Amino acid sequence: MAMTAKTLASRPKEPTTSKKLARTWRRIAANRYLYLMLLPTMLYFLIFEYKPMYGLIIAFKDFNPYAGFWGSPWVGFEHFEKFFESYYFWRLLRNTFLISFYSLIIIFPASIVFALLLNELRSRKMKSVLQTISYLPHFISLIVICGMIIDFTKSDGIINSLLVGLGLISEPIQFLILPEWFRTLYVGSGLWQSVGWNSIIYLAALSGINPNLYEAAVVDGANRWKQLIHITLPGILPTVLILLILNIGNLLSVGWDKIILLYNPGTYETADVISTFVYRRGVMEADYSFSAAVGLFNSIINFTLLVVANAISRRTTKNSLW
Amino acid sequence: MVTKRSPGEIVFDGLNVVFLLVCSFAFLYPMWYVLVSSFSDPYAIASGQVTFWPIDFTIDAYKLVFDDDRIWSSYGNTMIYVVAGTLINLVLTTMGAYPLSRTNLPGKSVLMALIVFTMFFSGGLIPSYLNVRELGLYDTYWAILLPGAVSAFNLIVMRTFFQSIPEGLIESAKIDGANDFRILWQMVLPLSMPVIAVMTLFYAVSHWNSWFSAMIYLQDPNLYPLQLILREILIQSSAQNMLSGATQDAVFRMSEAIKYATIIVATVPILVIYPFLQKYFVKGVMIGAIKE
Repeated sequence: MAMTAKTLASRPKEPTTSKKLARTWRRIAANRYLYLMLLPTMLYFLIFEYKPMYGLIIAFKDFNPYAGFWGSPWVGFEHFEKFFESYYFWRLLRNTFLISFYSLIIIFPASIVFALLLNELRSRKMKSVLQTISYLPHFISLIVICGMIIDFTKSDGIINSLLVGLGLISEPIQFLILPEWFRTLYVGSGLWQSVGWNSIIYLAALSGINPNLYEAAVVDGANRWKQLIHITLPGILPTVLILLILNIGNLLSVGWDKIILLYNPGTYETADVISTFVYRRGVMEADYSFSAAVGLFNSIINFTLLVVANAISRRTTKNSLW
Repeated sequence: MVTKRSPGEIVFDGLNVVFLLVCSFAFLYPMWYVLVSSFSDPYAIASGQVTFWPIDFTIDAYKLVFDDDRIWSSYGNTMIYVVAGTLINLVLTTMGAYPLSRTNLPGKSVLMALIVFTMFFSGGLIPSYLNVRELGLYDTYWAILLPGAVSAFNLIVMRTFFQSIPEGLIESAKIDGANDFRILWQMVLPLSMPVIAVMTLFYAVSHWNSWFSAMIYLQDPNLYPLQLILREILIQSSAQNMLSGATQDAVFRMSEAIKYATIIVATVPILVIYPFLQKYFVKGVMIGAIKE
């Protein structure tokens, strides 16, 4: 103690830092209940989010449940190489990318257009009723939606009956058996499921635009189209860009949910994506290390896409997630 | 703002109304078709006679569905997952969001960054799956309740809401000697009912509809939620199991009718409460859209 006091006395800078430290400690102590409150939530993130990230190490090992996490031997990038060289690699990459890309270029703009059209309705009452109807599908469970898709697209289902009845096709189409129809079904049903719900956020952005701008535009002689171009679209642009960045960040994360429910070995050619492949190889065939490597590859690409899209948007439009 | 409309605008407004009505029809019709089919004779459905109204009205399909033990037990399980799961979600999300909304908490930004990072990067399916097995949660109720107990996105929404509560209010309670738990419980929560309502709805609906974690983490059919039973009936076409002893043809016909009735039984609870909750959902999306 005496030593410390002496050293402190001889070095005038030391007391201020220790004072700062003491102040920080006091603040931490004063907030002890807040930390206590935070503890369970942080434990959740640690155990269920960060521990699996750490568990990704098995992608570089030959994981064997009997040898355990640490006992399993290291194999470096072997699983990644095996995946890149496999027959599935390009097919999975192509399917994952195409399904996301079609969803993005069709559902994303459709939601904006739907919101704009709803916004142009002159009757408030009608607008709110149509809006309510439009997000109904969002609440129907995926299982039920897929059950309906399966039922409606059967050869004697309502879609085929309708198409044959209208004379558009002469023979019923086996939509779920033919690989060439898979993406159309996936994106088409996605449109039905999510257009209304996605449009909520644009309608919120639209209602935030200052009405004075429109009045001024009318005084200046701008018609509805001119108002759209010069006031409405610039008004929702920041919202559009933020959502676009998020969507691009998810370009390679097509979920397994809907695909697992709808695909079959006959349509793997167009329907099998990285996450469904990871599920089959990992959970069903217990090929843990290999599928963890495939999943990691997918996450890294997604994360990179997100960072790049965010950087581009920040540079060009000053809108960004961070 | 009432102004004179040009002929072009009148045409546009008319077409717009027609187009949106067609869209609304497309949103509603599939559900309507399922509803009328569930009350129709299976033969009429198979021969394509059912379009807008039930043909040969019958409730046989519902009788079969309500006689099925699996439907009842999975309904019960789903209730457990919805109630217990939502409760866990709410407690953890609130207790995480409140401290992180306080301005003077040391280390707040680091903890926040750790949470936000999980929105963009995760260990993925396999490490999470092995984690659940390793923790001994596999094939228990906890495997459904604990993973995903906090949504980082919802936590951020809640934190944003808490930040809008005036600091002075909390300070004065502190001076009066209340600790943080009491402040949260007696002052902040009563002021936060709108956001609590929204979170409850978001979490409860996602529990009601969830099936993937049940599929990978549960083996015991006694723990299955309703959606997993629906999957067997709707996707894997195992409705036949409900009809032991019937002739082949009758089995096939009835299994078609059962599909529609189970869809209705599983969807009606949400669709019935939906109009009452709708405004909260919209509010939730909007709170979520607020950029910090």
